[in-house]
Parts: sequence; structure tokens; C-alpha cells
Amino acid sequence: MNSQQKVESFSYDDAIVKKFSIATIIWGAVGMLVGVLLAAQLADWRVNLGLEWITFGRLRPLHTNAIIFAFVGNSIFAGIYHSSQRLLKTRLFNDTLSNIHFWGWQLIIVLAAITLPMGVTTGKEYAELEWPIDLLITLVWVVFAVNFFGTLYKRREKHIYVSIWFYIASIVTVALLHIVNSISFPVDLMKSYPIYAGVQDAMVQWWYGHNAVAFFLTTPVLGLMYYYVPKAINRPVYSYRLSIVHFWSLIFIYIWAGPHHLLYTALPEWAQTLGMVFSVMLWAPSWGGMINGLLTLRGAWDRVRKEAILKYFVTALTFYGMSTFEGPLLSIKSVNSLGHYTDWIIGHVHSGGIGWNYMFAAGMLYYLVPRLWKTKVFSEKLASTQFWTATLGLLLYYLSMTVAGITQGLMWRAVDDNGKLVYTDFMETVDKIIPMYWIRLIGGSLVFISFLIMLYNLFTTIKKAPKDEKEDIYEAPALKADKENTDTGHRKLEGLTAIFTVLSAVAVLVGTIIEFIPSVLSRDFIEVSEKVKPYTALEVAGRDIYVREGCYNCHSQMVRPMASEVLRYGKVSEPTEFIYDHPFQWGSKRTGPDLARVGGKYPDSWHYFHMLDPRKVTPGSIMPEYSWLYKEKTDYGVLSKKLGVLAALGVPYTEDEINQAANSAREQAKKITEGMASSGVEAKMANKQIIALIAYLQRIGTDIGGDK
Amino acid sequence: MEVLFVILPFALLISIIFVLSFVMSVRDGQYDDLETPAYRILLDEKKQNNNNKQKNGEV
Repeated sequence: MNSQQKVESFSYDDAIVKKFSIATIIWGAVGMLVGVLLAAQLADWRVNLGLEWITFGRLRPLHTNAIIFAFVGNSIFAGIYHSSQRLLKTRLFNDTLSNIHFWGWQLIIVLAAITLPMGVTTGKEYAELEWPIDLLITLVWVVFAVNFFGTLYKRREKHIYVSIWFYIASIVTVALLHIVNSISFPVDLMKSYPIYAGVQDAMVQWWYGHNAVAFFLTTPVLGLMYYYVPKAINRPVYSYRLSIVHFWSLIFIYIWAGPHHLLYTALPEWAQTLGMVFSVMLWAPSWGGMINGLLTLRGAWDRVRKEAILKYFVTALTFYGMSTFEGPLLSIKSVNSLGHYTDWIIGHVHSGGIGWNYMFAAGMLYYLVPRLWKTKVFSEKLASTQFWTATLGLLLYYLSMTVAGITQGLMWRAVDDNGKLVYTDFMETVDKIIPMYWIRLIGGSLVFISFLIMLYNLFTTIKKAPKDEKEDIYEAPALKADKENTDTGHRKLEGLTAIFTVLSAVAVLVGTIIEFIPSVLSRDFIEVSEKVKPYTALEVAGRDIYVREGCYNCHSQMVRPMASEVLRYGKVSEPTEFIYDHPFQWGSKRTGPDLARVGGKYPDSWHYFHMLDPRKVTPGSIMPEYSWLYKEKTDYGVLSKKLGVLAALGVPYTEDEINQAANSAREQAKKITEGMASSGVEAKMANKQIIALIAYLQRIGTDIGGDK
Repeated sequence: MEVLFVILPFALLISIIFVLSFVMSVRDGQYDDLETPAYRILLDEKKQNNNNKQKNGEV
């Protein structure tokens, strides 16, 4: 050892890694339990139990948020904090910051678990949390970033291993995504409207939504993969060179692919094509990473048979490969026209969510827990049983959803020789796939049970571990940069960290600027039609109920330019229709039919009885009942404030309309209720929420769709 | 199409920044060695024996 190099002693903060690991296990179980409940609700609507808090539309955001941000979130924090300390040969920057990060994140999760079932939501997928929680997320994320970059700054290893780059890119990008997508104007503590509307809101939202998958569920986990897979097998990664190519190409391409969620929608054609081309390009770096991970196991495949950890990692990488093949495939417009809005997409995301994220997290936890608690795993056999249970469940889930999706997609588009729809009744296409919903429920339950096995296995491991809280002391030479080139050396190092951060931010910004800034800036981008008028006060109230109940989770509002869609739903949707939609409600799934042209399609009384008991008017319907809308009163008082906020965002309400909002809403409600008198609806129902919802439903798509 | 006048300069500017940063990191030596970093992560730091801490840490 060079005599000039000072050897320093240090310890790792593993207590924080332990906390995040335990949180991962607990929230994972909760998230999956909610998932099973949702699967049961789709197989049999009665599982909604008539309770507003657990009805599908409100519960589904809880499942997605819990899995993405609570389960995967805590697992990546555990992995990043554990691996970064070792890769950078230093203790985390600040123990207090680590703890603020941990408890802050758990607080966010608890708040989400309370507010989402209450119907407090922004109505934007994977970004449903309202503005006070959004602020808290930003705050905690900044704490995380400071803690991470501080650790990077005081590192004792000059070379920045590829994992760290993945972490840097993820931390910077998620911050940017979250802030840009969450900018909104509050009405009160529990309600806000996004500053973007319609097409622009859709573009920003799916740029965010896609990259939540990219930079929350993928890149951080890839960073973890490049550390834990070599460590678990004790072999270097197959090609370090390839890992670097993988990193740069992936982050540069990923950010452009968002519009593939909006193919054939009212989004401009060029943006759609851009999204499609980049999605197809993504296939290459993704597979580069998968191959790199799998080939790391070359010559040691026999160990996969014996070691559960490796089973998980190999399966995770395999499913990473499969879903990053299927993703680009689904992004090709002709494939997307079939798969979009169907359960095929649900199958796709679960092949990523269960196959990649759950499998990887399980492998990582089985690596981490015994090492952190300085013991052996309680039962290797249980770990293996869990693996096979999860794999079987995953296959049942994935296959049933793919079959259901393709079946339903084909039925929706089937047109006979006379140019008429073969399956005119939407219910026919639902009935057909109900058996698949039951198989999915079985598959999902197996995955949940497998997770409980891990919960038991790892908690028993922890319980049986020796009570040794002492931290090990390690030693490593200080960075010699301080000694050589006293001045420039250190500065250069600082600069390098900054460069990587800036680079990642830049790569992300390229996509951002090109894709949505022009649409936000340009007033001529979307033609403003004279025919499109702002919603009335009562319609605004109804729309907020629509958002609150999470209708967008099962109903789209977008007629795509295809013969079968026009036949089934009506006139193709136009960008100009949505200019006053804060937030846009295009949706991404059609468990029920599209609603873009539902306005005026049925009489008011149809909606009245439909929402009370969908099966009364649509036999066989799997929609939940919304009985509370007939008991709770519409809040007229807040309407002036709501219209005021919308006016501030650019909706042309007059001063008079804003001031008279409550009165005009009451009047419209009275009129609607009187109109239904012949159907036996009592006049006293006028102030109930159902009337406001009917007002909104009857308005959807009528400004443009009305003229045939 | 006016949008191109916004997009192209941005795209060019960013490409240039990209190339420059890459060159800088190469010059800094980050990519001089693409073999050992993969091996280095497999080696854990020397662990001190907690009981005779004072004996270690010296050259």
C-alpha cells in the first residue's frame, strides 16, 4: 500500500437498510392483498360490497400506488442505500436524513392509503395523490437526493460503478417527472385542478406515466441488478462495457416513448409516431441489459437449480426481457389498435410488475436479510416453494389476461360483410372473458400467497437472528486525489459527479422539451372550436364526482379513428373537444364501454337507474352499485370557487357565471330532476350527487358529437 | 411546422453537450479501465476485528 495514502476506518449504516427492507415486505403484502380484492371484484361485482371506500374505481389507484411507490419504492431505497455504501466505500451522508427519508416515505404511503379510498384524487393515473401529499413527496425526494449525492461526494472510490449511474439518472428524472406532472391549482386542501387541459394534460400525464415505469420500476432496479446479480453469484458482470452502453442508450431513448400510451387518440400524429419509433428502439438496449445479466451466470447455471436467490434473479431478468419485447410490440400502431384498452395491457404490466419487480425484490431480500441480520435464512425450502408458487401464479395471471385482452379486442373490432358490428352489445364481449377473470383471480391469489410465504420466512429469519446491533468497522484508503494535483484533482472529481447528474438531466430534458413544450407554448396547436363550450357549474360538480369515483379506471373517453369504433361509439374524438378538461379523462382501459359519446345516448332516467343498480338496465353488467350518490348532497357552495380556479387556468367563465355558480347549478339540477318525474324520481332528489353526475354524463361529447 | 425551429436548435445543442460530456468523462479516466470495476465490486472491504481496533488502520 502506498505509504502516502491514509487508511480510514468507517462503518456502514445498515440500520436504515433493515428498516426499508421490513417496509418493503409489509407494503408488498398490503399492495398485493388489494390487488387480489380488485381481481375478485372484476370476477364478481358483488365483492365491491356496496361500500364506497373499497369500490373498484377508488381502490385500483391504491393498488397501483402501493405496488409502485410503497413496495418497489421501499425495495429500491433499501437496495440503493445498501449497495451505494459498499460501491462508494463510505457510510451514508447523514443518518438523520436517512431517517427523515424513511419515515417521510412511510407517512406518504399512509396518507395515500387514507385519501385514495376516500375519493381524494387528481384523476391522473399513478399520480392520483392530491397536492399536499405531492408537496410532501417532493420534500422527501429532495432529502433522498441530498443524502445520496452527499454520499457520492464523500466516496472513497474514484470510479463510479454502473449501478450508481442508474441511481443518479433515476433520482434526477423522477424529481423532474413528479414536479412537472403534478403542477396544479388548489381549490382547497383536498381538491385541485391540473394547470394543463385535454391533449396537453394527456401528453404530460403519459410522459410521466410511462417514465414512472421507466425511472421508478426499471432503471433503479437495473442498477440494483448490476450489483446484486454479480454479488449473489460472485462473478463479475458479463460485460462491463455493455453495461455502460446499456445505461446511456436506455436513459436517452426511454424518455421519448411516452406517447405510445396515446396511439390513435386525439394526440397529434407526429407525436404518436415519435413515441412509436422510440419505443421500438428501446428493445435493443433493454435486451442488451437482459443478456448482460443472464450471461453473468455463464458457467454457473447449475447453481440456479440449488439457490433460490439465483432462481429469482434469472426469472426477473427473463421477464424483464419478455416485457421489454412485448412493450415495443404493443407500441406498434397496428398491434396497439388491437391491444389498447384491453386486458392484454394488464397482462403486460403484471409480467413486468410481478415477473421483473417482485421476482427481483424477492431475490434481493433473500440476499439482504440474512446478511443484514448476520444469520442464515430460516428456510431455503420455503424460499423455493415461494418461487414456484409465484411463478405458477404469474403464468396464470399473464396468460389469462393476454387471452382475455386479445379475445375482447378482436370482438370489439369484428365487422361483418354488411359493414355492421358482429358484437353490437358490449356485454357480449364482457361475458366472454369472465372465465379469464376467475383464472386471473387464482393466479393473483397464488402470487399473494407466495408473498406471504416470504413474509413468514424472512420475519422468522429476523426473529431467530442473534441480537447483535454492533456495526462492523471497515477500512479503506482515502481517495488519493487529495494528495496528487492538490487543486485540480479534487475539483475534477466533484465535476465528474456533477457531469453525470447534468447528463442524465439533459437526456431527459431533450425528450421533455421536444415532446410537450411546443404543445404547451403554442396557442395555435389545438384549434379552438366555437362549438366547444365550458362545462356548466353543475356539470363541473358532476365531473368532479366522475373523477372522485375513478370512473376512468374502467371507462375511456376517446373514440379512435377506426371503423369499428365509429360504428360502436360515434364520431371520432377531436383534440378541440378537450380544451376545458382539467384533468383529461381519456382513460386507459375499457372494462366497460367508452363514454366519449355517451351524452344524449340514453335518457336521464336510464343513468339514474343504471348507477343505482347497473343490472336493472344492463343485464349481466359487472359494474358496482353507487348507492351513496343518492344519499350525499352536491356541494353547491364550493362551485363558485371551483369555477374561479378553472377561470384562472384559462376556462372562459364570465364574472357572472362564477358568482352565480351555485344558483345556476341548483336550477339545472331541478330541471333534470323534474324531467325524470314521469319515471318516478322524486323532486327532493335534485340536490343529490347523482343528479350532478347525470348532468355531466349527458354533456360528454355533445358539443362536437351532436352534429351527425 | 414552426415547432421545428424550437426543436432542432435544442436537439443540436443537447447533442453537443452530450458529446462534450462524454469526451470529458473519457479524459477524466472513467472509461480507461472497463475490466477491473466489474471485479472490484466483488471484493469486500477489509473488516476490522472490533476487539483490537487500535492495531489496525496503520501502515
